[in-house]
Amino acid sequence: MQRVGEVIEASTTEFVAQCYELYQSPPLGSLVKTADLPVELYGVVYNATTASLEPGRRPIARGKDEATDEEIYRSNPQLLKLLRSEFSVLIVGHKQEDKLFHYLPPKPARIHSFVYLCSPEEVKEFSQSFAFLNLLIGTHLPVPVEELVAACLRQMCQVQEDPHAFLVAAGKELAILLSGELNRLKAILGRIR
Amino acid sequence: MNEESSKRLGIVVSGSLNKGVEVKLDSSASVEDMAVGRYVTIEGEKRRFFGMITDVSLGVIDQKLTLTPPDVADPFVAEVLTGTSTYGTLHVLPMLTIGGEVASLVEGPQPVKTVPSHFSEVNLASQQDVELVFGSEDERKFYVGTPLDMETKICLDLPELVKRSNGIFGKSGTGKTFLTRLLLIGMLQKSAAVNLVFDMHSEYGWEGRSEDRRKVKALKQLFPSKVAVFTLDEESSRRRRVSTDFTVRIGYDEIEPEDIALLRQTLNLTEPAVEAVYQLSRRFGRNWLQNTLDLKDSETNRELLKELSIHESTYQNLQRGLGTIRRLPFLVPHAVDSPVRNILDYLDRGINVVLEFGRYTDITAYILVANLLTRRIHAQYRERTEKTLGEDIAPPHPLVITIEEAHKFLNPEVASQTIFGTIAREMRKYNVTLLVIDQRPSGIDSEVMSQLGTKITCLLDNERDIDSVLAGVSGKSELKSVLSRLESRQQALIFGHAVPMPVVVRTREYGSAQSYADLLPEEAEVKEQAEKDIEELWR
Repeated sequence: MQRVGEVIEASTTEFVAQCYELYQSPPLGSLVKTADLPVELYGVVYNATTASLEPGRRPIARGKDEATDEEIYRSNPQLLKLLRSEFSVLIVGHKQEDKLFHYLPPKPARIHSFVYLCSPEEVKEFSQSFAFLNLLIGTHLPVPVEELVAACLRQMCQVQEDPHAFLVAAGKELAILLSGELNRLKAILGRIR
Repeated sequence: MNEESSKRLGIVVSGSLNKGVEVKLDSSASVEDMAVGRYVTIEGEKRRFFGMITDVSLGVIDQKLTLTPPDVADPFVAEVLTGTSTYGTLHVLPMLTIGGEVASLVEGPQPVKTVPSHFSEVNLASQQDVELVFGSEDERKFYVGTPLDMETKICLDLPELVKRSNGIFGKSGTGKTFLTRLLLIGMLQKSAAVNLVFDMHSEYGWEGRSEDRRKVKALKQLFPSKVAVFTLDEESSRRRRVSTDFTVRIGYDEIEPEDIALLRQTLNLTEPAVEAVYQLSRRFGRNWLQNTLDLKDSETNRELLKELSIHESTYQNLQRGLGTIRRLPFLVPHAVDSPVRNILDYLDRGINVVLEFGRYTDITAYILVANLLTRRIHAQYRERTEKTLGEDIAPPHPLVITIEEAHKFLNPEVASQTIFGTIAREMRKYNVTLLVIDQRPSGIDSEVMSQLGTKITCLLDNERDIDSVLAGVSGKSELKSVLSRLESRQQALIFGHAVPMPVVVRTREYGSAQSYADLLPEEAEVKEQAEKDIEELWR
């Protein structure tokens, strides 16, 4: 199981995890999980940031005399320690006693819990129901929800045996959820086909 | 996906008993696969409903979709939107309940008195369902056709059918004649009734032709021992190599004033002229026609007319009209053999009679002969039936009289006068019923139409005709849309007494060698029948 980070901030609906390596956050829309035994929390990565360790000290441009941007990191190895990558995860379900629930867990994640990228089998198992789409669509996020939903479905369809059928089924679910919001539906459909 | 679940169409979403229920189609069921007139079953909570699709429509979940249609050129988008944002709906008219409750288990399908509950599952009716409703072929039921897109047989209960007068309607060329032939054969085989067919175009007796000029066998060729062909026109029959059993000649003395009254329109007679006919017949008795035709323009005759207070012009009008009748070659001053007695003779032996008109296809001859014969036959039947009531003997065979161009006999002006109007109204009291064949049902008196037990109608597209055929049927507007969408051949809507619910059938094949073989009884039965016939001959 691929460990991708550690929880540094948590609430009922989401948590923020820091990556161990700079820029190593999982892709947008991928399914990750963290454990607060006996409950396992599943979430979708909706945002990733890389910023200075200290909020008051912003990075400054350093590449004036360098030929490539890789050179900057090579000549300033401290940078890797002064910057950090974080990603935010929207909780979309949980697993308790080997049963999957596509709704919010009773408690938020614990700080310092490890965050893992879900294996293809887990993704497949989780995506058997589209109930999580409702959670995604209903939230207010700094990123456009349509982008997130589309990214998430694109990620999930890669592990399906019949990606087309999966996307169609998901599309139908969305068409019902977004029955009054034709433009949002169109936006998502345009991004997942 | 197994076969059962693939037949699922959708779920009930709204509706009423009067107007039928709305069914939202599943995304897996395409609107284009639906057809008006098809049967569905609805799985209610407590009972199963049997209904018919009467309309198919399209719906969208959001009106914006109709204003800014999505890019359906993209198959993915199209696939996603079908069945979700855009969907098909069916309008289903529940007709019967089958199974589920005690009454319908014991007595078969029952008429609906309620609607299925919300979100009941709707399936295409299976073969067994249709069989349960329309029964399968047996000694009472005759296979007339199959429902649309199905192989099941739809059967008519013929003994039940002939208890009432029936009608076959449809535009010209929609297959009325073929349907009638089929029904006649069915009656001949499955019911105790005998038929008397007034065959205007000589196509039921020996053989007819299909529209593509193919020869088609008719009754006598298929059932020589059970059918007798009478003809008015011996020459025409001989030319067509038809073996006829009797040539009908009608004596002047058999024509009664009522016959002339009926022909008032076709003979262009005035009211006073018809009155004069009655007066003349009172004066001359049975031979009134001969005597009237013999009247010469003399002083004594003028005296006579004056005495009867018949005006000169009325008399002229009458003479002109009667002249038309006299020119009919099958009318003779004195007929040797009475056609009525002969026909009754055959009918009593259970032999069906087809009367061919040969060349005399003009309506005057048809109305005159059909009326004249039927009136007497009906009178005989009436007498005998009344006798059976008193004397406890077997009633005569039920008789079905087939008439074409029925609106000429049964239009509102003459329906009250002709014997056919009486038969249609009196119905089966005297064991005589009608099989009415017509292409303009709107021309038939509504009182008569309302008395027809079972109506079989091919395509009709005149609004008035459709209205008059469907008058008084429940679910009329729904049936209307079904009726006007029938294919122009080989399809018919049957409703009324002999079927539990209105049904659209693709009529059974008729005209090929195989179809004849299917219609004819098994060889063993034929032998048995032959032996019986021989036995009867020696008795």
